[in-house]
Amino acid sequence: MQPIKKHRGVVAPLHRENIDTDQIIPKQHLKRIERTGFGQFLFFDWRYHPDGRDREDFVLNQADYRNATILVAGKNFGCGSSREHAAWALGEFGFRVILAPSFADIFRNNAGNNGLLVIELPEAIIQRVADNADQHRPYHLSVDLEAQVIADDFGLSEKFEVDPFRRHRLLNGLDEIGMTLAHEADIARYESLHSS
Amino acid sequence: MSTPQTLFEKVWDAHVVRAAEGEPTLLYIDLHLVHEVTSPQAFEGLRLAGRKVRRTDLTFATIDHNVPTTADERFVIKDQIAAQQIATLRKNCEASGIPLFDIGSGRQGIVHVIGPELGLTQPGKTIVCGDSHTSTHGAFGALAFGIGTSEVEHVLATQCVSQQKPRSMRISVTGTLPEGTTSKDLILDIIRRLGTDGGTGYVIEYAGQAVRELSMEERMTVCNMSIECGARAGMIAPDDTTFKYLEGRPYVPQRAAWEEAVVRWRNLTTDEGASFDREITLDGTKLEPIVTWGTNPGMSVPVTTAVPDPQDARDASERAAMLAALEYMGLQPGTRIEDVTLDRVFIGSCTNGRIEDLRAAARVIRGHKVHSGVDVLVVPGSEAVKQAAEREGLDRIFKAAGAQWREPGCSMCLGMNPDILAPKQRCASTSNRNFEGRQGRDGRTHLVSPATAAAAAVAGHFVDVRGWEYRS
Repeated sequence: MQPIKKHRGVVAPLHRENIDTDQIIPKQHLKRIERTGFGQFLFFDWRYHPDGRDREDFVLNQADYRNATILVAGKNFGCGSSREHAAWALGEFGFRVILAPSFADIFRNNAGNNGLLVIELPEAIIQRVADNADQHRPYHLSVDLEAQVIADDFGLSEKFEVDPFRRHRLLNGLDEIGMTLAHEADIARYESLHSS
Repeated sequence: MSTPQTLFEKVWDAHVVRAAEGEPTLLYIDLHLVHEVTSPQAFEGLRLAGRKVRRTDLTFATIDHNVPTTADERFVIKDQIAAQQIATLRKNCEASGIPLFDIGSGRQGIVHVIGPELGLTQPGKTIVCGDSHTSTHGAFGALAFGIGTSEVEHVLATQCVSQQKPRSMRISVTGTLPEGTTSKDLILDIIRRLGTDGGTGYVIEYAGQAVRELSMEERMTVCNMSIECGARAGMIAPDDTTFKYLEGRPYVPQRAAWEEAVVRWRNLTTDEGASFDREITLDGTKLEPIVTWGTNPGMSVPVTTAVPDPQDARDASERAAMLAALEYMGLQPGTRIEDVTLDRVFIGSCTNGRIEDLRAAARVIRGHKVHSGVDVLVVPGSEAVKQAAEREGLDRIFKAAGAQWREPGCSMCLGMNPDILAPKQRCASTSNRNFEGRQGRDGRTHLVSPATAAAAAVAGHFVDVRGWEYRS
């Protein structure tokens, strides 16, 4: 997993609540057996016309946002299906950070397991970031996971909370399975006590 | 006297492998269900790291998401990418020694239908699967939740998941549900009240007289859709209904071991005086049949009412969401739900693809004809459900009415197989998600109970099934 400590990038706004994983990557693109190749299908129905042409009204098809690495969206981002393909598609497109007032539980785990930092902030701050991303094109944000602060070039500076264990893993790019296997003795003890 | 505990706490505590300050809990998993879509990358990850499946005796696989539902195509899959994904699961199961309930085995089906019907799902177990509707299994008093593919790999390698302990909520439903309403209406009503994120971070226990009176199939429908209000899991305390359903199923303990298990399972209830982080009480006697009108499962109204007006939204963001949903669904505010006409009806899925669901739909359709403008697909949840339905003659009722009787799988719930809506087609569906494009790009999904779906199939538009003319 690629570590993330400090990141500065362009912000793309998605003015929508409850963005579900069916929108992030529709089902017809879940049939691959690899972890790669999903970025091209990100937000497929919003991004392309049925004939395959780009939809120019979609934010990620606009020149100022094509290279965005930070996404800002409405509450309950990533609800619905458990498909990790959503996190893979976002990462492969180039996103490293997602900001929203809230995230769905499974998506939050999937993001964390793929080096994607999700930051929960109050609705008013999210709205301000999204408005800035509309107005100042391109709008850059600096994210510092060590200091737990986001800042822009216009005076915005906000502290954010993040689960300490997840922060540790993201800062160091740690593989969760390796960490769990370090507790092999605990697992073996549980198994010996519960073998039927 | 020990501190009173909730059902959730009892199951959680019994599975803690390691709990350390500032770290998520390592929780042991008793049953890991695997399907073709969310597992290939997990097996590949294991291989690359030189790791093995730790407990092949606690891991079971089936094929459900991709499988076509026509008798000829299910064995010769035309979609080459889907066929490769299925072939990969077979290879992975074979190589690692995981039992696979393959197509044609008599035990294949939607993962959340076969777990319970084989008796793999049992009270007090921790159950995971790379599928959000794993919450279904909570109907047996198990702690069951969906996980992503990295977590699937984690469970394959360690038989544990690493989890922050969720908060607890109890939803008590008083009274008896009125005739003509179902547990599908109940859970849609709960999601409508709670919102699609009202359960985020919680495990919900459903309790109260109305819940106690539900059959196992009905309880599974409720727990299945817990994820649609964001909950980590839904749970219902096991009781005689649970034990009666499970007794004699292939994977449950037999004879003396069964008796011992039942004694143990009877303790899996919330103790008197145990406290929840949130408690909600609903009057079950007031429930009406519910129909979704929008693009998430929380956007619903009683069948007797009309499409809501964005003018009545609580705030600007809700108004924007309502306008976008109405635009996508091709609906006008104020249109009576009973005036909404349909092109398709889908009866099936892990929410409502069990034998009781098919019986409920067949009871409504019997002696009637499907409306000439409506294409009706009935997809049993498993090969066992299909066989049981055919023994009872339900297939003949559906076919005589003009509905299509198909082979088991997830089918049009998510349209990963050839069963999809054409753009702008409107569908009454017994499934769980009405997201944009869920059943096919630009397709319009209305979530309903099997009885309401069957009545709509006959009428060609939504009707209040409480006034249905049943024929014998």
